[in-house]
Parts: sequence; structure tokens; C-alpha cells
Amino acid sequence: MTSYYNPDHLANFHSISEHAPDLGKKFFEWYGAAMEDGALSAREKSLIALGVSHAVQCPYCIEAYTKDALKKGYDVEQLTEVVHVASAIKGGAALIHGMQMRETADGLGM
Amino acid sequence: MPESTKKLTVLPTLNRTNNPLAMASHQIELLDSLPLSEGADFDRRLETAGLGTLTATGVDIFQVNLGRVCNQTCAHCHVDAGPDRKENMSREVAEACMRVLAETDIPTVDITGGAPEMCPEFRYIVEESTRLGRHVIDRCNLTILLAKRYQTLPRFLADHGVEIVCSLPHYRALGTDRQRGDGVFEVSIEALRILNELGYGREGTGLRLVLVTNPVGAFLPAGQATIEADWKREMKTRYDIEFSSLFSITNMPISRYLEWLESSGNLASYMQTLVDAFNPEAVNGVMCRNTISVGWDGRLFDCDFNQMLELELAPGQPRRIQDFDLSALSNRQIVTGRHCFGCTAGSGSSCGGATI
Repeated sequence: MTSYYNPDHLANFHSISEHAPDLGKKFFEWYGAAMEDGALSAREKSLIALGVSHAVQCPYCIEAYTKDALKKGYDVEQLTEVVHVASAIKGGAALIHGMQMRETADGLGM
Repeated sequence: MPESTKKLTVLPTLNRTNNPLAMASHQIELLDSLPLSEGADFDRRLETAGLGTLTATGVDIFQVNLGRVCNQTCAHCHVDAGPDRKENMSREVAEACMRVLAETDIPTVDITGGAPEMCPEFRYIVEESTRLGRHVIDRCNLTILLAKRYQTLPRFLADHGVEIVCSLPHYRALGTDRQRGDGVFEVSIEALRILNELGYGREGTGLRLVLVTNPVGAFLPAGQATIEADWKREMKTRYDIEFSSLFSITNMPISRYLEWLESSGNLASYMQTLVDAFNPEAVNGVMCRNTISVGWDGRLFDCDFNQMLELELAPGQPRRIQDFDLSALSNRQIVTGRHCFGCTAGSGSSCGGATI
């Protein structure tokens, strides 16, 4: 291993099934089904996936869903707004823990 | 109609800058030299898929390319059209085209360019074709409708019931202007409003207004059926514009788009994407099977892309419009190359949008 992240891993992701084929099969079937048109369209799901990719900071998912969202007809300004939504939720999630800090501090302080 | 005061950004064409890729032979050499995976031989791919050789099924569309002159210089243009080009169809060739039309029952005349409206013979061809009772399509870049000397065009097109098929890569300005030149989006929206006012794109008027979206970059287009409803909603709420249908088409690795692919380092991966996305089901509806393409100089081709690559019809077929032979052309073998993967990738692509 020369680095922790390798772009080839994305193309070879399916080989993760090798040592647990039944689980791998279930995962990829479920993954595929989750991304199909349903109550939400596959286009909408692509944007959600892009946002989550940033929230979980997965470089593989970011590459895959940037390409997927462009291919589904969104432009880079729309994709940037998705990233801001993900970042806002991440930032807000950190900040709201400040309430916990305040409650603890207020409880201890004079 | 008002003339637009908005200045569009235009660039020199490949032809003007003596870029080697202005030459068709150089484009074909470049495409053929790419080290792609197995399966990148188009004819062999058809055979492997059990489709045999690509053959015409008839001639339902008479596509005339009136020339290379255009008021825009779009980054993906497969024609290398622009204001610095001079090629225009002559009256002699236009009359030969109309003679062919009169002697056959080809139902549709599809007019393209360049900006075909800039050819002096444009109105003659529209008038003659409609007089002969044919359905006429104008492949319009929209901004020409607001250019100086052309503002009477929208009314002329409406009066003749011409279907307008116009390019708009995206319903937002960013991608449209990046691909088609700064200022193009704003003028295009203005032109669409004028067309709507004339009844274009409105239900019940019979005036069809089709928007054509294509990728702004090195990737495949969005599925036509998956985005049309979104486009209709966005165009209505953002700009109060209505249209009849949306076509989604693939960018062809020819001329300026080929040059962009090469200079941006995307060429090999884009071609591999097209090859990998080969879809046998998309082959049946490719445009060359029911179209004949006529060049500004009267030469005949299987499609507008072959025309730009100077790939003339198969041996034994007529070469010029003056030698038009409907029965020979109706079941001709199509001349193919690696660029053909552009029409068979994914949902397929043709002048009528996706093929499946």
C-alpha cells in the first residue's frame, strides 16, 4: 500500500464481495435499489448522495456522485449549493453541541 | 422584433487559426490513434451484437446544411462554424435540393448550419419546402433571432409553421455561456420569450418549439425522459417560458469539441466512455438510417457528422444532389467510424434526441 486512498479502489469496489459473497451481493443489490427511482427520483437521490459524500468526507463517493450529478443534468453551481447544505448541517451539528458545553459550563460556573 | 443590444463573445474558428484539427483527415487520424479497449471498432461491435452492417431504412429526413457561417462560436461545435467562415449554399444548389424534394415524397426538411438563417437561401428553402407541403425544421441557435437584420425571422418562421429546434445546454446561465459564449443565455431567453409570444411552444398552436440540451463537459447527457419535466418546471418558474419537448443529445468528438477534449486531457477517457456505453438497442434509431445529409456545396453524406469529417457515401452511391437517386439511397450501407459511438452510447443520440 502506497497511500490510504487509491482511485482504483472505486472501479474495483465490487471485489470487496470476495471474502463475504452473500453479504456483498446483498449490499450491492440494496445499494442499487436504494438509488433507483422511487418516491424520490434517481436525480434527486444523486444530489442527496453528493451531499452525504461530503458530510462523510468520502473521496470515492465525491468523485462518483459529482460525475453522476453532472451526467444527470445539474451544473456546478447547483452542486456547490449541495456541498453548502451538507457543510451547513455538519457545521450546525458541531455548533449545536455548544449548547451541551454551555449547559455543563453554566452548571459548574457561578 | 427588437434587436438585441447584448454583445456575444465570439472566438476565432479552428479554420481561422490554422489549427490542424480544422482538417477532417487529422480528426479521423486522431480518433483512430487512441489506445482504446477492445470493442472500439464500430463495425465489429455491431457484428458482435448481432446487428450486421449499418444500413439505411429509407429517406424520411432531407437534412440540408446551409453552411458554416454563424454568429456564435460554441466550444462544442462539430461544424467549426463562426463569423469568420464564408461557406454558404448557393441558389443553384438550393434549387437542386428543391427539385429533389419535388420529385420525391420525403416528408421532412431539416435545415441546419452554422446558423442556417444567415445563408441567403434560407427563406427560399423554407418557402419552397412548405409550398411542397413538407414539414420544415429549423435548427436555430436562438440568438440569431435578435441579431441585426434578422428580427423579422420569428414571424417568418411562425407564418410558415416551421418547427424550431434550438440549443440550450442548461436552464441556467453558467453552463450555457461557458459552452456557447458569454451573453448567449440572456439573449436566448429573450428569443424564447418572443417565440412564446408568437405561439411557439404553446399547446394548440401547432408551432413546435424543441429545446436541445447537451453536456457542458466530457460526460454523457442526462436521460431525456428523466429531465424534461424538471426543465419545463424550471423554464416556467424562472423565465415564464414554455416549450414543446426537450431533446438530450451527446456531444460528438468532432472539430471544436474534439479539440477541447484533446487540449483538456479528456479525449481518451471520453472516447472510452462512449465505447463502454455502447448500447445495441440505441442503434436502431440512429439518424443516418432514415436521413440524407446535403452539404452547402451539394455533396451527399449519411449524416451531418460524416459531412464534417468528409466521409462521403459508400462506393456506388450518388455523390452530389444533382445525382440524387432515392431508391439507391434508401437501403445504402452507412459509412462508419469511431465517432459513431457518440450516437450509440447510453440512450442513444440523434438530431431527434435520444434514440430509445
